[in-house]
Amino acid sequence: MLKKVSKLPFQGTECQAQAFADVIAQYKSDPSQLMTVMQKAQQIYGYLPFEVQAMIADGMDVPLEKVYGVSTFYAQFALSPAGKHSISVCLGTACYVKGAQAILDRITELLGIGPGECTEDGLFSLDACRCIGACGLAPVMMIGEKVYGNLVPEQVEGILAAYRDQ
Amino acid sequence: MAEKNIHLKINGMEVEAPAGSTILEAARIIGIEIPTLCYLKEINEIGACRICMVEVKGARGLVTACVFPVAEGMEVFTNTEKVRKSRKGTLELILSTHDKNCLSCVRSGNCELQKLCKEFGVDDPDYYAGENIRYAFDDSAAHMVRDNNKCILCRRCVAACDSQCISVIGANARGFDTHISSPFDKDLADVSCISCGQCIVNCPTGAIVEKDESAAVFAAINDPKKFVVVHTAPSIRVTLGEAFGMKIGTNVQGKMVAALRRLGFDKVFDTDFGADLTIMEEAHEFLERVKNGGTLPMITSCSPGWVKYCEHYYPDLIAHLSSCKSPQQMQGAVIKTWYAKKLGIDPKHIFVVGIMPCTAKKFENKRDDQSASGLPDVDISLTTRELARMIESAGIYFRDLPDEAYDNPLGDATGAAVIFGATGGVMEAALRTAVETLTGEQLASPDFTEVRGTAGIKEATYHVAGMDVKVAVASGTKNARVLMDKIRAGEADYHFIEIMGCPGGCVNGGGQPIQHAVVRNFHDLRSMRAATLYEADKNLPLRKSHESPAIKMIYEEFLGEPGSHLAHEVLHTSYAARPKYR
Repeated sequence: MLKKVSKLPFQGTECQAQAFADVIAQYKSDPSQLMTVMQKAQQIYGYLPFEVQAMIADGMDVPLEKVYGVSTFYAQFALSPAGKHSISVCLGTACYVKGAQAILDRITELLGIGPGECTEDGLFSLDACRCIGACGLAPVMMIGEKVYGNLVPEQVEGILAAYRDQ
Repeated sequence: MAEKNIHLKINGMEVEAPAGSTILEAARIIGIEIPTLCYLKEINEIGACRICMVEVKGARGLVTACVFPVAEGMEVFTNTEKVRKSRKGTLELILSTHDKNCLSCVRSGNCELQKLCKEFGVDDPDYYAGENIRYAFDDSAAHMVRDNNKCILCRRCVAACDSQCISVIGANARGFDTHISSPFDKDLADVSCISCGQCIVNCPTGAIVEKDESAAVFAAINDPKKFVVVHTAPSIRVTLGEAFGMKIGTNVQGKMVAALRRLGFDKVFDTDFGADLTIMEEAHEFLERVKNGGTLPMITSCSPGWVKYCEHYYPDLIAHLSSCKSPQQMQGAVIKTWYAKKLGIDPKHIFVVGIMPCTAKKFENKRDDQSASGLPDVDISLTTRELARMIESAGIYFRDLPDEAYDNPLGDATGAAVIFGATGGVMEAALRTAVETLTGEQLASPDFTEVRGTAGIKEATYHVAGMDVKVAVASGTKNARVLMDKIRAGEADYHFIEIMGCPGGCVNGGGQPIQHAVVRNFHDLRSMRAATLYEADKNLPLRKSHESPAIKMIYEEFLGEPGSHLAHEVLHTSYAARPKYR
């Protein structure tokens, strides 16, 4: 699936910039460590927006396109930040046949974001995942660490509202 | 050189091939061309497209001939039923996501995919039809259009871009979503593409093409109010013939001039005049910089791809660029000033067309500070390919045309200008004039052979009038980068550098006729085309720019002296730093 690039403004802190500079200092002489640097940058910033990828390209002296190519190839790299509450809807076989797509569609309708995106207020991010090992409860979604099973689309609004009120 | 040869059999025939050869290379020895799509010698040896599959006795499955090395006693079969079936299946799979709108595709008849489909009788192009992604065109750049719907993901454009050390396009996403684009899928106009067009000449299909501006030229020709003037760059005369099936390196200057007259241009001039003028101004600027402690080394500014590269990647070194406009722009500038006045025509009625080996020229004529008369110096730049298509569509039978001569006086030029089309040519031409100006004596020979040839970087030192002049020549921005890094680090002691954006210079420019990879991989287009330019130079009576009667005339009648105030207003320009991304 094509990754969505976040349109939210990038907000890096001094502290993150310092941590990133340390990573570059450690690896910049070895271009084969590009992925390691990208992983560490994602640990620091939570995701890899344009600004961070440009810093990686400059720091490692590799073209930005090479960084972007890697970031869009591997599932482990995120181009959109995680929300305060990250929602993960299982689209594994069992959940899918039990109507998980309708759950996902309902969330998209309510939040205005698709998989791989984060709401403008930074509250929710949405992802579609494969089997989380709770097929007996299909269809299933997780919000943070909490699992919701036997879902029907009508329940979604109430569940999300509870997180909004927190 | 005493490396052992390998003995193998291809289709039952004994073959002796140098150790380290691939099956593809060994097969060529006995005259068998194994088809390829992704393979580009030295820069894209990735074995990805699977068209070159052959059978090797004892091997598990088919192997890729383009990267598989030969071994002693190997038995190879290139045309078995299994091989043919595999190739046909691969073509059907490629076609399943390919925009098959071939009728008016600019590459129709010259498309490597179309040729293979015909050869392998792919009679059901929808065999694997299914869901498809429709990609939007990227026509944001001044010089080219990218259409991913015709892309076969061979990655030749990516390899070409990487080999220029630009890398603004690459394969992004994965699986069925894999596509060629710029980082963050930005428009090409918003990244540091230098417009060199090397991706275009290496694309096997119509996925990357120059932005065709021939319709505007036809419209100008058909407008009775417009006085339409064309001028042709030095290298066009040795490449245009290829578009009409002629031998690589054929000099078609006379037929080209005849064809341009038949297309309806009011005057047919030679950009070589502009090149001679560039030498007058550039040699003068160089001597001034040496005398007055100006920024050295001075670097040539004829190649707009190179200039754009410098502005994006070495903005701190812009002061090294010569302030001279390129020959194309000088030619246009004098047409709309001096020549317009001579003819008594208002320059706003004059339409200037440059025929260029170059896609970056389309960017150059839209730059700021390229309008001596208050109007653009050059209205449209066409590539060699666009001119060839105009000639075809006008029904002109190129091969049968008589040889005709350029119009005067802006069609008059010297051998120094002709060699501008090859790497080292501008340096040699400048040296001919600079050395004679410095010493006040005639050169024993106008040849400076040290700066000739296709090596990426060439260096020479000449002892002139008690001073050692150290020069360097680079072609291809990858080589330019080596010299620029040296200058930036303060390690370069050159006085004068020539840089061309494309490897080998204009003869291998991004606007030149397309030769399929099977030709490019095994022929050195750069030296074959350049040899004809040096031959033309050798045979001309005048070989130094300052000896040209037309050049003497323009300085007497109009410009005064090289480097004069008026010369600066008409023939010089300025540069600006550009960001890498927007």
